[in-house]
Amino acid sequence: MLEAVGCRSFEDLFAQIPEQARIRKLDLPDGLSELEVCRRMESLASENKVFRTVFRGAGAYRHYIPAAVKRITENETLATAYTPYQAEISQGILQGIFEYQTMICELTGMDASNASVYDGACAAAEAAAMCRGRGRRTVYLSAAAHPDVIETVKTYCFAADVPVKTVPAKDGATDAEALQAMLAEDPEAACFYLRQPNFYGILENADALGRIAHSAGAKFVMGVNPISLGLLKTPADCGADIAVGEGQPLGMPPGFGGPYLGFMACKSELMRRLPGRIVGETADAGGRRAFVLTLQAREQHIRREKASSNICSNESLCCLTAAVYLSVLGPEGLKQAASQCYSKAHYAAEKIGAVKGFERKFGGDFFHEFATACPDAEKTLSYLSENDILGGYPLPGGGLLWCVTELNTRAEIDRLAGLLKEVSARWN
Amino acid sequence: MNLPTDLKYTRSHEWVRLLGGGKAEIGLTDFAQKELGDIVFVNLPQEGDGLVPGETFADVESVKAVSDIFSPIGGTVEEINEELADEPEKINQDPYGAWLIRASGVKEGETLLSAEEYRAFLAGKEGA
Amino acid sequence: MELIFEKSREGHGCSILPACDVPVRHVGEAFARRTPPRLPQISESDLSRHYSALARRSFGVNDGFYPLGSCTMKYSPKIDEEAASLPGFAQIHPLQPAETAQGCLKVLKLTEKYLCELTGMSAMTFQPAAGAHGEFTGLLLIKAYHRSRGDVARKKIIVPDSAHGTNPASAAMCGFTVVNIPSGPDGCVDLAALKKAVGPDTAGLMLTNPNTLGLFDKNILGITRIVHEAGGLAYYDGANLNAVVGVARPGDMGFDAVHLNLHKTFSTPHGGGGPGAGAVGCRDFLAPFLPVPLVRETESGLALDFDRPQSIGRVKGFYGNFLVVVRALAYLLTLGRNGLPQVAENAVLNANYLLTRLKSRYPAACPGRCMHEFVLSLAGLKKECGVTAMDIAKAMQDAGMHPPTMYFPQIVEEALMVEPTETESKDTLDRAADVMLALYDKARSDPQALHRAPETTAIGRPDEVRAARHPVVKYNYD
Repeated sequence: MLEAVGCRSFEDLFAQIPEQARIRKLDLPDGLSELEVCRRMESLASENKVFRTVFRGAGAYRHYIPAAVKRITENETLATAYTPYQAEISQGILQGIFEYQTMICELTGMDASNASVYDGACAAAEAAAMCRGRGRRTVYLSAAAHPDVIETVKTYCFAADVPVKTVPAKDGATDAEALQAMLAEDPEAACFYLRQPNFYGILENADALGRIAHSAGAKFVMGVNPISLGLLKTPADCGADIAVGEGQPLGMPPGFGGPYLGFMACKSELMRRLPGRIVGETADAGGRRAFVLTLQAREQHIRREKASSNICSNESLCCLTAAVYLSVLGPEGLKQAASQCYSKAHYAAEKIGAVKGFERKFGGDFFHEFATACPDAEKTLSYLSENDILGGYPLPGGGLLWCVTELNTRAEIDRLAGLLKEVSARWN
Repeated sequence: MNLPTDLKYTRSHEWVRLLGGGKAEIGLTDFAQKELGDIVFVNLPQEGDGLVPGETFADVESVKAVSDIFSPIGGTVEEINEELADEPEKINQDPYGAWLIRASGVKEGETLLSAEEYRAFLAGKEGA
Repeated sequence: MELIFEKSREGHGCSILPACDVPVRHVGEAFARRTPPRLPQISESDLSRHYSALARRSFGVNDGFYPLGSCTMKYSPKIDEEAASLPGFAQIHPLQPAETAQGCLKVLKLTEKYLCELTGMSAMTFQPAAGAHGEFTGLLLIKAYHRSRGDVARKKIIVPDSAHGTNPASAAMCGFTVVNIPSGPDGCVDLAALKKAVGPDTAGLMLTNPNTLGLFDKNILGITRIVHEAGGLAYYDGANLNAVVGVARPGDMGFDAVHLNLHKTFSTPHGGGGPGAGAVGCRDFLAPFLPVPLVRETESGLALDFDRPQSIGRVKGFYGNFLVVVRALAYLLTLGRNGLPQVAENAVLNANYLLTRLKSRYPAACPGRCMHEFVLSLAGLKKECGVTAMDIAKAMQDAGMHPPTMYFPQIVEEALMVEPTETESKDTLDRAADVMLALYDKARSDPQALHRAPETTAIGRPDEVRAARHPVVKYNYD
């Protein structure tokens, strides 16, 4: 082949590269056989502790992933295909994403969904960007949002040179009066972002907060938990203009943080402002139903520096994962999963809250997370860890944030409460 | 090439219909709509927005491209053509009837061409 | 083919969860959902058939030749998948205490070490989830750097007109003004134009090398020097790293920050459009600005370092697409010191071989040898018989191949960008060349046949105008 190309050696192929840029010595280990790689990766994996029981969420949630979800998404074609720009040979991927978009709209009550962005935090940042324009730029976030979301939105706003402000929380929920006061002084307020349930697990008074945002001429963005939507009022019914969220609970494992799934859905009048890919339905010349990436004129490959977002990739395989998960569970199964999260969390909150030193920190109803006090977070968590339990997330302001899902059994919760009683007796 | 003589034109392929009383309609020429291909969406300004001659005030999307539309005149946007929201193809079908915006307080920019001058400009382009 | 909603039947479903083992509680009326979501009601067997059908109507690297220029559709080794699905990685909660996640932190540290060695960078983050996300991050490093020096006038980013659309879009997202410079007649950066464009308002330059025409810009050292002398920084878009991985280092070319596409150069699978990972590496003077947290070595092992006051903050939740990084590490371990340069050698050889075979009919956009990809122009064919790059691409579908990238870069008329990658055999390349040569001849003898293509695929060409004018983006139940 070298001959066919007119070269004597590989060196000829790289003749253009200046000597200064050539690597003459690579300080890397030798390559390994597959068996050696397998052992090496297993060895690294074994240095991580897989807790048998997990009571921690705080943005990454353990739910039961049905076997069908894993096996179906392992399909090699679906896993190795490229972005479906060639519609004629990508109808499968396109239809899969179209079905995902439909399901997200069903969950959120919205009119249009995109084909996903990188994660819930990026979805919030992109939603804030959607609300900018016509003299409106300031982004308002509830302080009870997930800290990573707040940080990410701040970074995106630094990039775009727009101001971002956090609205304080009171007793674990957004302070409506503070929101009112802050928005009243700011004719440039573009949007208010609320997490529901919020970072502390508390159910916020979304309708009222949304009304405050709208009276100030700002858009209302809700960040929602997709499992909770099996039980809770949709963001559309709460008056939101845009619904975003972290889709990881829909069939993706915690995976030390990724890949996850940022979903974005909105009312029809905002559809053309959605960033990223969108699949649309059309027909071919023969009248056959066809799916195609549409509204591409919004995107970077066409608008270039005028694009509203630079996003190119989505989390496509994660979209399919979510769609399979939602199809396996169906409406009844999702409601069941949500209901069990809610019931078990309330059961746990009563049991834990009854232990001295572990009283609930905030009032108000919650979905599947709740914060309690804690006599000594380090000792508590260490003791639980010895018992193969990953306890609640230690909050910066003190206390622990517990999460209970359908995966936690009654026996596990009772055992947890028992261990906490011991902790309380020892260190209170 | 269809070039109504009662309109003025720009080198960036917009037309202006002066309506008297400081008002005008603005649209895209037949040449422009042919070049753009099937138009799928028009991003129009809002009523009350200001117009500056030579600056973009709108853009037009086809499937694979976006094109800026430059204002031929100064003034204020008085009315936008709502029909184009649902039927952007009207620009392709009837370029001189499908006005994008109506403006008031109109001040002509210096570079407006007559139909003959625009025709010559197009011929020069093709010859080049 | 029906949509899954059309296959849904009342009462069908899967039995997944047991009954609730605690008293069932009900959420208050004020918070309760009003109507159930219309999700599919479908049995597992029908669901399985549905997704198998979707897979049959898709095209993966396992289905055929995939020469998409700029995408590096190389084969994804299955051992990488095995590694990523180990419970010891997949089940780890991102907020576990560091001592219980040392394996994860080691994966990040090791991959950082190897990729820094390959790129000549000092530090790396894996937080960005894709290439464009990496560009955004890298440009923010540049923005933060200039701000920290009080040099606030530097608001311009220089981008060649051949650049991928994400480049100017990322720059605009970071509040920069984009200065486009034309490519010279040789397809590379026009040095005179670059010299004219740089100044005290230059924040930096974004460049891919080799560029989107598949050419290695031999003036690269001069280019980065010009930018540095003007006080700007040089950013490397790593999308084309497959041409030089293990052979040349962006750091040695003079770049200050780079992003890598792990789903391109480092074989992680494309998943139909994601998830990927856009690692960002930088020189040590930019390291303080990297997104938080970074993985740091301490006396008691590895830890996540959140104490970084100059950091640009977060570009995403948690630490990035960790399971994608696991795949990339398995790939790096497999290839090692000798295997990685062979990737570039074979990628460049394969591209040149295919180009040589096609040259008898297809005009290359640039003369001479290419790197890992090349661009063909069908402008001549279009003039001669009306057959376009689109037509040739669609006809290739009928031949069981994925078409090359169409109409990019924008500076070439009727462009087809071809990147075979190193994981294709000579036989595959020969067959692909035979198909493409035959199509060229067919274009002249029977152009109508190509205008009709594709004819054997699930659908013919879709009506994109209708899709954009009257968008239907979800199933209409009513």
